[in-house]
Amino acid sequence: MSIQRRDFLQALGAAGFGTAAMSGLPGCATMGGGAGGKVVVVGGGYGGATAAKHIRMWSDGGVDVTVVEPNPEFISCPVSNLVLGGSKQIADVTVSYDNLTKRHGVKMVKDMATAVDTDKRTVRLAGGGELPYDRLILSPAIDFMWDKVPALDNADAQAKILHAWEAGAQTVALRNQLVAMADGGVYAISIPVAPYRCPPGPYERACQVAWYFKRAKPKSKVLILDGNGDVTSKGPLFKKAWAEEYKGIVEYRPNHVLTDVDVATRTAKFDVQDSVKADVLNVVPPQRAAAIARSAGVVTANDRWCEVDFLTFESVKVKNVHILGDAIQIAMGMPKSGHMANQHAKVCAAAVVALLSGQAPNPTPVLTNTCYSFITDKDVVHVCSVHQYDKEKKTMLPVPGSGGVSSAMSEVEGRYAFNWAKNIWADMLA
Amino acid sequence: MRTIPIVLAATVAALGAVHATAQGSDPNLGRSLAATCATCHGTNGVSVGEVESLAGKPKDEIVRKMQDFKSGAKPATVMHQLAKGYSDEQIQLVAGWFAAQKAK
Repeated sequence: MSIQRRDFLQALGAAGFGTAAMSGLPGCATMGGGAGGKVVVVGGGYGGATAAKHIRMWSDGGVDVTVVEPNPEFISCPVSNLVLGGSKQIADVTVSYDNLTKRHGVKMVKDMATAVDTDKRTVRLAGGGELPYDRLILSPAIDFMWDKVPALDNADAQAKILHAWEAGAQTVALRNQLVAMADGGVYAISIPVAPYRCPPGPYERACQVAWYFKRAKPKSKVLILDGNGDVTSKGPLFKKAWAEEYKGIVEYRPNHVLTDVDVATRTAKFDVQDSVKADVLNVVPPQRAAAIARSAGVVTANDRWCEVDFLTFESVKVKNVHILGDAIQIAMGMPKSGHMANQHAKVCAAAVVALLSGQAPNPTPVLTNTCYSFITDKDVVHVCSVHQYDKEKKTMLPVPGSGGVSSAMSEVEGRYAFNWAKNIWADMLA
Repeated sequence: MRTIPIVLAATVAALGAVHATAQGSDPNLGRSLAATCATCHGTNGVSVGEVESLAGKPKDEIVRKMQDFKSGAKPATVMHQLAKGYSDEQIQLVAGWFAAQKAK
């Protein structure tokens, strides 16, 4: 796959060529309603890529959309725990951005957004340029709060004690540490106090590492050091897996709030509990909305998250700036998940297209969440929910009686999980 | 507020009589509701995986399945839980929108 090809396409997009070539987009001619204007999207993940594609589709190509994303390809966090287990490769969770440009006329700028001027309505880029916007969509994901784990607040330490909570090089490096570990060793994962990105993710990861150990290193152990008082998602299902499928391999320890680590000895230190030394120590640090949200002045909750109007996902504080995905202050029962970011993005995309054509946004948005966790390489459990807008409380609320979890793990759900990945990646990027 | 006939989900025959043409104030409501299904059933109801496409399926068939998921008449792994999150009016609207899409 060629970077040259991408640069060529970017150049086409920058010249306005991509847009012209895309004017024959399929879609209903009445839907765009004559929307025009410039939208800049910061972040090409589950939220940003979905928003970019759907604004182009739903405005019939009328709205100019630029995505600022430093990574050359999309790498999915969902399913990436299977790379740690060894049943999937990083290439299996990697998808090209090419179709956003080729099929939808989205302009991709491979750069990092460093600052937002919300008065002038411009986004500054690390590479030196500036992008003007009518509406800005920030889907910037999370930054790690290294000040909460002081010994990890430098690049050397972060290369030894991995988080792998952004899929890509860290995922591959953690897999390599697991492969290099001698049989009889201990893998320990530290989980931050909620809220954090992907509530069931750490527990799924424990299962995937245990799946690998059970086959390749049966004397080894998986130790879960949870900052929370109990498993935060799908608790009974995970505990059953640890007691049965991974009996003697996985040990769960709640109420382990990490305060620091010793990098050289791979030791985790806690506020109350005894320190734990591991052969492979995996620390998922506490998180908050990424720095670009701070620059835009939209971090309004606890100095960590961005409060939004759920009809539009516009900041409650700053006009014309919308925030999606993990960076937002969640409503009740709303997980920080890739699926949820995709759903935020489509409510936002519909609202942005409506607002840019002088119409009111949908007063009754709906969000769903379906999150599959792999217990083995094939057996999967889910949690799902449906959230409707509550006019009086001005928030999204789970519908009483809806949603739920699996009765037991199954291979059928494993097939559904891979179906989910194919369809959501296509919904974002195809 | 228009009223929607109460649907007894197991009664397939009764469902054929449901023709509520619910329309909210937003002309794109059906499209936006359908977008909540795309993560598993594909963009515009055209699935690229093994879960079924909904584009071009008859409206009555989609409504009947959703109501059967809702009532528990049709066993499921996930859909019985998700179907309960949508009102009868929303099910009519989204089924009508999918029925009007081109199957691929």
